[in-house]
Amino acid sequence: MSELTKRIPKQHVVGFVGSIILTVAAAWAAVGSDLPTPWIITSIMVLAVIQAFIQLFMFMHMTETESGGIQAGNMLYGFFVAVVIVAGSIWTMSFGYTHDHGGGSDNDNETEEHEHMDH
Amino acid sequence: MEFIDFLLEDFFVTGQPLIYGAMVSIVLVSIAIVFVLSYFKKWGWLWREWLTTVDHKKIGIMYIIAALAMLFRGGVDALLMRTQLTLPGMEFLDSQHYNEIFTTHGTIMIIFMAMPFLIGLMNYIVPLQIGARDVAFPFLNALSFWSFAFGAMIFNLSFVIGGSPDAGWTSYTPMAGATLNPGPAQNYYLIGLQVSGIGTLATGINFIVTILKMRAPGMKMMRLPIFTWSTFITSIIIVFAFPILTVALALMTIDRIFGSHFFTLTGEGMPMMWANLFWLWGHPEVYIVILPAFGIFSEIISTFARKQLFGYKAMVYSMVVIAGLSFVVWVHHFFTMGAGGAVNSFFSITTMLIAVPTGVKIFNWLGTMYKGRIRFDTPMLWSLAFIPCFVIGGVTGVMLAMAAADYQYHNTYFLVAHFHYVLIAGTVFGCFAGLTYWYPKMFGHKMNEKLGKISFWFFVIGFNVCFFPMYFLGFAGMPRRTYTIEPEWMALNVTASIGAILMAIGFAVFVYNIYYSFRYSQRETHGDTWDGRALEWATTTPVPFYNFATVPKIEGPEAYWRMKENGRTTYEKEKVEPIHMPSDSGVPFVMMAFMFIASFGLIWEWIGIAIAGLIGVLACMVIRSFDYDDGFYVSVEEIKQTEKKAREGEQ
Repeated sequence: MSELTKRIPKQHVVGFVGSIILTVAAAWAAVGSDLPTPWIITSIMVLAVIQAFIQLFMFMHMTETESGGIQAGNMLYGFFVAVVIVAGSIWTMSFGYTHDHGGGSDNDNETEEHEHMDH
Repeated sequence: MEFIDFLLEDFFVTGQPLIYGAMVSIVLVSIAIVFVLSYFKKWGWLWREWLTTVDHKKIGIMYIIAALAMLFRGGVDALLMRTQLTLPGMEFLDSQHYNEIFTTHGTIMIIFMAMPFLIGLMNYIVPLQIGARDVAFPFLNALSFWSFAFGAMIFNLSFVIGGSPDAGWTSYTPMAGATLNPGPAQNYYLIGLQVSGIGTLATGINFIVTILKMRAPGMKMMRLPIFTWSTFITSIIIVFAFPILTVALALMTIDRIFGSHFFTLTGEGMPMMWANLFWLWGHPEVYIVILPAFGIFSEIISTFARKQLFGYKAMVYSMVVIAGLSFVVWVHHFFTMGAGGAVNSFFSITTMLIAVPTGVKIFNWLGTMYKGRIRFDTPMLWSLAFIPCFVIGGVTGVMLAMAAADYQYHNTYFLVAHFHYVLIAGTVFGCFAGLTYWYPKMFGHKMNEKLGKISFWFFVIGFNVCFFPMYFLGFAGMPRRTYTIEPEWMALNVTASIGAILMAIGFAVFVYNIYYSFRYSQRETHGDTWDGRALEWATTTPVPFYNFATVPKIEGPEAYWRMKENGRTTYEKEKVEPIHMPSDSGVPFVMMAFMFIASFGLIWEWIGIAIAGLIGVLACMVIRSFDYDDGFYVSVEEIKQTEKKAREGEQ
């Protein structure tokens, strides 16, 4: 404990400054930049994920306990599985499905794709 | 009158002589059990010693007994199917009955046999291997067992009351949906799995915490016995995979009972999404039932080759890699859905990658045996038979992994042969090996070697005779789940049925061996039956309920081997202190009995009964929340007495 009290909490300072920079960057991307919308969404998401990790490692002491490595591993595995379930399901299941039953232009594209696959 | 009509037409399954026979035998066995318990005045004993226990060892034994019963039930299903398929044009089972039997066979063997068997072994062995006195949450452990037991009971009830599910153990929608499959049968599947799934998830959490937090001082992660490592990895997969099944089952239940449209054909439902979610759980599930078996084989091969496990670290890392890969291969179960080239290629490659860590493990086992002085006791025989049989299953798995080729193999007997080769050679051999290996620790006597070998040879030869021809039946175009065969498939089907009979004989001898050994086997006087290496052999036989009188200090891998070399034991008489142990509790049993009532209501869509049952469950939770009993202390005097008695034979 004594070690913690006498020093400047370097981790916390770095984490704090990092969080502020990331938040400002995200705000700027959304409000001040001229980027196209998909880029804005992507960049905000990426910044959010980075910030989540800063929070976990710098403030929540994820790696500091005895079983820290295992905690970190478990969390990373959890992220991995969540991404696999969501993105994987969308990727595999979106093929050939359309919610447009009216025979509109989307549906035509779908049929073309099917034909393309057959060749 | 109306009520009687309902009973005869919908409630009880009628019109099948086989099922009348089953009903009669169920009633007779129940009466016999009640009679025996009353006659010998054993009701109190049953309640105090077993139904309310939180001791991981007793819970483990109950898991194993239940799993053996389920193996019998699933095995009978298998024999009925083999009878029907032996000759072309058989009229032993009609198509509906056949559908029900292959559904219950698959579900029971995976959910109610393989997993509980392995979880039973984990329960007994893992706390002993890490030098703990119980699991981290003993109450939760009892709850896990009773949720499994009542879940299994619900599922098994279906074949006499209401009819069995008939949409396959995969229960694909829309066939399993309310439109094409009305009535309670499919609800039995959904609710039975849901209830036992609670227990499995709790077990996963329990063992992760146990292995991380309850290790004896000095038992670092990289000093853990390999079976404990495999349990740890398995528990992590359970915790991440089972919620997917929970959600999928809940969605289909809501579809069927409350008329929503998640997996229906109408109303924008996505029937294939069920298959997707099912296999997102289902593929990790097959690693849940194989990794502990790998752990068992590793322990046995190292003990009976009398060598340290070759490539311990490689074993651990390959299990970690398998855990990772297990979540990214699920689409190979439905390549033929037609998800397109990119998707199928990706999952082809990930599937083939699984062969790499598995291959590493195979070479590690061979490396362990290389230049070892091998003893051929029954557990070792099972382990030796496992390696070539499992390799055949694995290699045919890689053949199935090629998406283009899979369009040929899909839903043929080639697939049936493949997954029986991995599941029987891997999991079932593993369970038999593990039970025979740890039997003396559990019951204080070995299983008879001669009978053990007879049952081994019958089972292993029968297994190969039964399933090897199925690869060729697959090539000959015999589809999976067909209930009649063409004349040109007859020769191989007759062969397979002969194999099935041999396996049945093997199993019967195995069960008889339990009885025979109970009567005639020499009692163990020493805790270390096989000249073992891991810490569970450091305990006395029978293991006292507190496991270790003094907590052992671990100085390296193969803790017990090291102790024997240095001439030490885990028992330090002068350091005995009072031991804190958890109190028994009847709440888990009662709570899950209420869950059983709630489930039964939900299955028949009698919402009133379902709500009443759930109120009971809730009441048990409240009672538990206000339970301030935090266990009791075992006095130093009692410990010394117990240890003195247990160690008499050793000197």
